Amino acid sequence: MIALLSIFLAAIFTNNIALTYLLGMCPFVSLSRNLKTSLGMGASVIFVVTITAAVNWIIYRYVLVPTNSELLEYIIFIIVIAGTVQLLEMIMEKFFPTMQAVMGIFLPLITVNCMVLAVSLFMVLRDYSFIKTLFFAVGSAVGWVLAMVIVAAIREKLELIGSVPEGLKGAGITMIIAGIIALAFLGFAGMVSIQ
Amino acid sequence: MNIMPLIVINSILAVIVVLLSIAEHYLVSYGECEIDINEKKAVRTRGGSYLLGVLYANKIYIPSACGGKATCGQCKVQIMEGAGPILPTEEVFISGEEKNSGVRLACQVKIKNDLKIHIPEHLLEAKEYRAAVTQIIQLTHDIKHIRLKLEDPPNISFKPGQYIQFLVPGTDEFRAYSIASPPSQTSEIELVVRHVPGGLCSTYIHQVLTAGDRVVMTGPFGDFFLREESERDIIGVIGGCGMAPLRSIILHLAERNMPRRVTLFFGARSKRDLFFTRQLSDLQKKYPNFRFIPALSEPKPEDKWEGETGLVTDVVEKHIQDGSRYEGYLCGPPPMIDAAIEVLNKKGMDEKNIYYDKF
Repeated sequence: MIALLSIFLAAIFTNNIALTYLLGMCPFVSLSRNLKTSLGMGASVIFVVTITAAVNWIIYRYVLVPTNSELLEYIIFIIVIAGTVQLLEMIMEKFFPTMQAVMGIFLPLITVNCMVLAVSLFMVLRDYSFIKTLFFAVGSAVGWVLAMVIVAAIREKLELIGSVPEGLKGAGITMIIAGIIALAFLGFAGMVSIQ
Repeated sequence: MNIMPLIVINSILAVIVVLLSIAEHYLVSYGECEIDINEKKAVRTRGGSYLLGVLYANKIYIPSACGGKATCGQCKVQIMEGAGPILPTEEVFISGEEKNSGVRLACQVKIKNDLKIHIPEHLLEAKEYRAAVTQIIQLTHDIKHIRLKLEDPPNISFKPGQYIQFLVPGTDEFRAYSIASPPSQTSEIELVVRHVPGGLCSTYIHQVLTAGDRVVMTGPFGDFFLREESERDIIGVIGGCGMAPLRSIILHLAERNMPRRVTLFFGARSKRDLFFTRQLSDLQKKYPNFRFIPALSEPKPEDKWEGETGLVTDVVEKHIQDGSRYEGYLCGPPPMIDAAIEVLNKKGMDEKNIYYDKF
């Protein structure tokens, strides 16, 4: 249990997929413009990452490994991600149309968010069990969202005060904020780390 | 050879495709939907497709350039009922006021139930035209003059100054070009196309299109056209390809013996950027009511230019004393238009008498 919790917390803080591995930077920078959209994207990402990691783990362990076709992992993982997103979109359109309207464009964008693929690849690399994979996936996704939401909140505040130097507006200031938050997150290094 | 990976990838793909098809069958079905247009016409369609495409299939042509990617923001329609909430992709293009009146981008609205929409009457007159290229003339180093013979339908009716949308072959994308010929010429239209480096359509027109090719256009569109009910004198300020709509307007007036006084200012960089000057100078000789004033901003020594120099807006400022009795038609790059509006305002021209088309 301690091990699982440690993977979960490490994925959120010390091994934050956005701040430590710089993955999923494109939506991170463009969607952290306001809090509401970043929360919408965040919820979809957590959902997709968890489901795809679980499905990919099963496929990897019970299909790819027994048939010696591990070299297919990249292409299979990305296909599963695309399929899951497609399915998710249909389900939401049918049963949660308002939520779908809010998330709208973000759902298809998740397909090309590299952090989703990265979670599946890390779980293979680190040889996680199914349960560990789940904790790692949720942790990574929550960490990514947390980083984006914090940056979004700070950017909204900066927007109100409005004294960002001309040359740093947009992506520039976002990277600086992300850097400072990354340092803060690294402060947890002594408490948890990923095995 | 190890064929296992091939079998694996194909079976996984097959499973995913089957799962998605089943899901689609059970989850995505909207049934028949009805689109009510201006409470006059009703179009029935199966739900699930996007409004722009459905309107297009029903011969209602909404101006749009990007082919439904929500990047041009042109395909605005007013939806009274049934559109659902506005999408983040649309918000960039739709102002608060438009939002309140139900304006949406037709390419982003998925039809899920019955819709009530309002489309301006003049858009309903737009048609799809098939035409053959009869002639291409190089006007300047980067501008070509294209003549198109309409084949189906064989005639077009438009107001001088309006534009058509040119379908870029092999894509869903359109680009707008003003018609440079007068409306009396109904079976053949002329376009003036400047080559924009890297531009999709202008590169196609400049490098691929040849006489005899067949093209598809929709139109006419646009609220930049000659106000025929007005009797005011006209000031035209144009830059580059902004020539096209003003040429249509001037040829149209010339056919009516130039009933209104027209002063046309044409801004270009140097002599090699000037075109149609002979035709316009001939018109000037023929009609005392028409004045054509070309102005070069950067004349080269070899141009031996004796005409006006400087920015076209400065030349307008020099020539016009009292702007209040004029009507302004401006066409050209946005900075030129903004500067021209400022000058004309200063000269006493009322904002409501200034018409412009930025490109």
